[in-house]
Amino acid sequence: MQGNVISMRLPVGEAFHIRRTRIAKDGSAGKRLCIVTGIHGDEFEGQYIAYALNRRLQEQKEHLHGTVDIYPAVNPLGMESNNRGFPGYDLDMNRSFPGNPEGDLVERAAAALIQDIMGADLCIDLHASNIFIREIPQARLSSNYADSVMEYAKSANVDFIWVSESKTVLEATLVHTLNSLSVPSFAIEMGVGMRITKEYGDRITEGILRIMKKLGMWDGPALELTVPLVSSEHAVYMIHSQSSGIFLPVTENFKELYEGDLVGEIIDPFEGKKKQEIFAPCDGMIFSMREYPVVYEGSLIARILAM
Amino acid sequence: MYKELIFSLDMPYREKMKIYGYRFGYGERAACIVGPTRGNEVQQLYICSQLIRILTALERNGDIHAKKELLVIPSVNHFSANIEKRFWELDNTDINRMFPGDANGETTPRIAAGIFERVKGYQYGIQFASFHTPGAFIPHVRMMKTGRQSESLANLFGLPYVLTRKPDPFDTGTLNYNWQLSGTNAFSVYAGMIEQINETVAMQAVSSVLRFLTRMGILKYNCHSGYISTVIEENALFSIRSDCSGIYRRLKNPGDEVHFGEVLAQVIDPFEGEILSEIISPSDGILFFAHTKSLVKENGVIYQMIRRLHE
Ligand SMILES: [Zn+2]
Repeated sequence: MQGNVISMRLPVGEAFHIRRTRIAKDGSAGKRLCIVTGIHGDEFEGQYIAYALNRRLQEQKEHLHGTVDIYPAVNPLGMESNNRGFPGYDLDMNRSFPGNPEGDLVERAAAALIQDIMGADLCIDLHASNIFIREIPQARLSSNYADSVMEYAKSANVDFIWVSESKTVLEATLVHTLNSLSVPSFAIEMGVGMRITKEYGDRITEGILRIMKKLGMWDGPALELTVPLVSSEHAVYMIHSQSSGIFLPVTENFKELYEGDLVGEIIDPFEGKKKQEIFAPCDGMIFSMREYPVVYEGSLIARILAM
Repeated sequence: MYKELIFSLDMPYREKMKIYGYRFGYGERAACIVGPTRGNEVQQLYICSQLIRILTALERNGDIHAKKELLVIPSVNHFSANIEKRFWELDNTDINRMFPGDANGETTPRIAAGIFERVKGYQYGIQFASFHTPGAFIPHVRMMKTGRQSESLANLFGLPYVLTRKPDPFDTGTLNYNWQLSGTNAFSVYAGMIEQINETVAMQAVSSVLRFLTRMGILKYNCHSGYISTVIEENALFSIRSDCSGIYRRLKNPGDEVHFGEVLAQVIDPFEGEILSEIISPSDGILFFAHTKSLVKENGVIYQMIRRLHE
């Protein structure tokens, strides 16, 4: 069942909508799960998951108990115009929650989304990194609310659960806002901006079904594909570029990295020289890796979980 | 005057980006002025360039206190200015959301850290900035309410208004906020538009800074003593919103006094040219902010008004 979370007129002959797809059985008796994606207009990994989950739930509806609301495109103007942000606004849409029902387009859209999700038993916000960094599937939890969602994050088929301290600036994210309004929520990051990694999407789709099992919303098949590592039990290393140039990745095995392995190189096409060789500082797993070739001094090259 | 390199960044293809500061006097860190952190703040760049021109002349005449150091950084983000972008093009990040910065972090936090390292520790900090919502303001001094702000000092700029703002989470990355937290008296001067230069407003801003520095004993500059500022809280501004979307016909300017029932703007049907809506003033007052784009979205703020205030 399709519905609009909000509709507003744009200046020239068009209306703006945030659309929601509801798949439900058992009326209002059961639990409700919300799957949100597309807050960042350059992230498309969630599109495949929204599709695959939607299809699976419709095909095997006999196993569903409760309501699943899917919001595939929270920032449709950005998604159709190659804009990470909301076109015409300086601020990241994921820094504008809880919004304002009396406010402008973005503020009202943010408020309407929160209003629509309120009362849900769990919300998962799917992100795809950006065009610069590739991420292996990982759940992102803020330490304040980690307890209430950890068991679900562990079932999501992610490789890694990153619990980080909450910063003031992140209080305006969807996930933080929902948690503060007593809707348990977490984010999943995977893949890279502007691309779809089907293997990741298939894993997370199974993961969402596993989570639904935990919630008592699903009694059909759901594959357990990973046992994630948790950041609090390991050190996280960040590697930043020490020079400006072009980054060339070398290592291909993200999951089995040994201290001293060559991760990548910064090269100079004018001089035909290597400017920097980047080696692994420890044994571990690469969970974030530079994708976009142009780097400046300071650009993030990789994040490594020490093991 | 001494021109010093404050921060530089190697580029893969373009020339090394160099951020310069112009230092006047030497000794006690008295005042620091920082120009545009965004590439489209051309009015703010113009203001800083005029300040440096006048300060250089004042110094030649011996009108700047020799033992008080004054630093002006006229531009932080020429990388974006030269490609006609507001933010850092590669990742679209805003340097003025990255303070106090991270010397080992990504590019924009690294630039912010390089700047902040040099500009902290001054007694007074003045930033020429623009708001995240594009439009035009009455020239004013803006301060974050961190509990350390001083409205009475802001009054010494002699601009018509001083505005105080309760910080939102995203404000915590601005230079103004971090200056205040580190013990500097921080002020942001808002001067008209962004992308077009308005000479009158620019010179008003230049004078306000020179007036302030004169009153602080940092230099001697004879000018009109300005206004006794009206202090307002941002929350007290009344937002007037458009009730529909379309082509926007603005009928008033910031600073205009308007009356209850007066037509402030019209929204025109973008295909058929008819007037879709007239936006009526809800009360008497003075317009503090005006939306200046030619299109408007339903519920967008088109004016902010100081209600029941007369000129
Ligand atoms: Zn995202």
